[in-house]
Amino acid sequence: MSDPVPKIRLRGLTKRFGDKTVLEGIDLDIMPNTSMVVIGGSGSGKSVLLKCILGLITPDEGTIEIDGKDVLRLDRAEREEVRAHIGMLFQNGALFDSLPVWENVAFGLLARRAVTRGEAKARAVGVLEQVGLAASVGDLWPAELSGGMQKRVGLARAIAAQPDILFFDEPTTGLDPIMGAVIDGLIVDCVKRLGSTAVAITHDMLSARRIGDRAAMLFKGRIVWQGQATDLMNSGNDMVDQFTHGRREGPIQMELRR
Amino acid sequence: MSILDFVQKVGRAALDTCVGTGRLALFAVEGLSHVVRPPFYGRMFGRAMLEIGYLSLPVVALTAVFTGMVLALQSSTGLSRFAADSAVASLVVLSVTRELGPVLAGLMVAGRVGAAMAAEIGTMRVTDQVDALTTLSTNPMKYLVAPRLLAGLLALPLLVVIADILGVLGGFIIATVKLGFNSGIYLTNTLDFLRTDDVVSGLVKAAVFGFLIALMGCYHGYNSKGGAQGVGAATTSAVVAASVLILAFDYVLTELFFAR
Repeated sequence: MSDPVPKIRLRGLTKRFGDKTVLEGIDLDIMPNTSMVVIGGSGSGKSVLLKCILGLITPDEGTIEIDGKDVLRLDRAEREEVRAHIGMLFQNGALFDSLPVWENVAFGLLARRAVTRGEAKARAVGVLEQVGLAASVGDLWPAELSGGMQKRVGLARAIAAQPDILFFDEPTTGLDPIMGAVIDGLIVDCVKRLGSTAVAITHDMLSARRIGDRAAMLFKGRIVWQGQATDLMNSGNDMVDQFTHGRREGPIQMELRR
Repeated sequence: MSILDFVQKVGRAALDTCVGTGRLALFAVEGLSHVVRPPFYGRMFGRAMLEIGYLSLPVVALTAVFTGMVLALQSSTGLSRFAADSAVASLVVLSVTRELGPVLAGLMVAGRVGAAMAAEIGTMRVTDQVDALTTLSTNPMKYLVAPRLLAGLLALPLLVVIADILGVLGGFIIATVKLGFNSGIYLTNTLDFLRTDDVVSGLVKAAVFGFLIALMGCYHGYNSKGGAQGVGAATTSAVVAASVLILAFDYVLTELFFAR
């Protein structure tokens, strides 16, 4: 029996900005219906990796396959089709502050002309309830929401079109520990309910273990370790151990600019 | 600094200018191409028309009225030295329709709307909202830029029609109330000297200026980076660039329309 096709397969992914190499030959397989957590320090290339997979940044070398298709070789229409099955929760929510909450949530549905505005609002209210927000929140503006509520609305927008793949960029950054746990719980529930494949980038170890089935660590643009998320705290890898336990001493030295 | 360093700096500046101009031209072409290719975002276009046209009306109207008033007063005192007071009406109407209506409306809208566009799109850029649009199957150029370019192109001529009328009205009020002109003769002089070309050239200028204002607001906002400081810089650049371009294109268009 042949091996199952990874939902996302990266091979030799390299990205440079000027003379700085941010990603260097990344090889990574993410199997269907699994949650992969990518950890790493600030500036390790996590966000660039996510933006490359999303198609927001074009890598200099390497391939990105989604469901076996090399997305870098697809034309614009085909890429749009692939993107239509992807949901993304941005670090700061990235809600459209010129639109009320319900229009933010239903934006993808309205953009694809898939439903009328009335139907879109009803769907948005339903999705808001799935992330624990009352229907009345739909008529508020993003600026009227707390940080935790903005994350929930961002999550609702990401899952509204029932995507196959979900990306989470630092989902708990800026939240208190309880709200962080709530968001993580919602993420796990949504991923399970939709049967989606999830990729999260974070440097919150508690969040990484709550969300992830698998984990990988990125350091200076390279994957230095990957394994089960449950092994994060005792991986046997010096770099991962230093990072997950927050030790000052170890193979990772903070680079200070002089 | 050696001569070689100086030449290198001049060359780099020239190259940067060429690259910047090329980028701007490509941005404008792409933006315009989305104006004629579906899907169309009617709500965004309506919002932009409201912002550029309707909400700019008070400031443009006040500018036009006061400009017409000042023009009548100044031209009257100047022309009376040559016993040519009767030319006040024609001078006011030609100045307003050909030149001051579109240029002053353009400059006022550049300050009000160009800055707002750059700030809004710039903030969307630095808070990942532009990337969020892309992930939601929406082309940001089509959603954010094309409706604004079209609205700029259409709204400013409408504003200038109103500015022309109010500018002439301002001159009429000063001429008849303060300077003692006969209202019937003033109106007859105004209409006798006004030709269709004068109004049309002003409206064409307004359309070009409206497009330039929207283009500068969108371009600088879309390419802003670096947080609040970057958005502030984009806003300043949008207003300065639009104002300078309005004055430069005013000369070019005047040359095209009226140079013999």
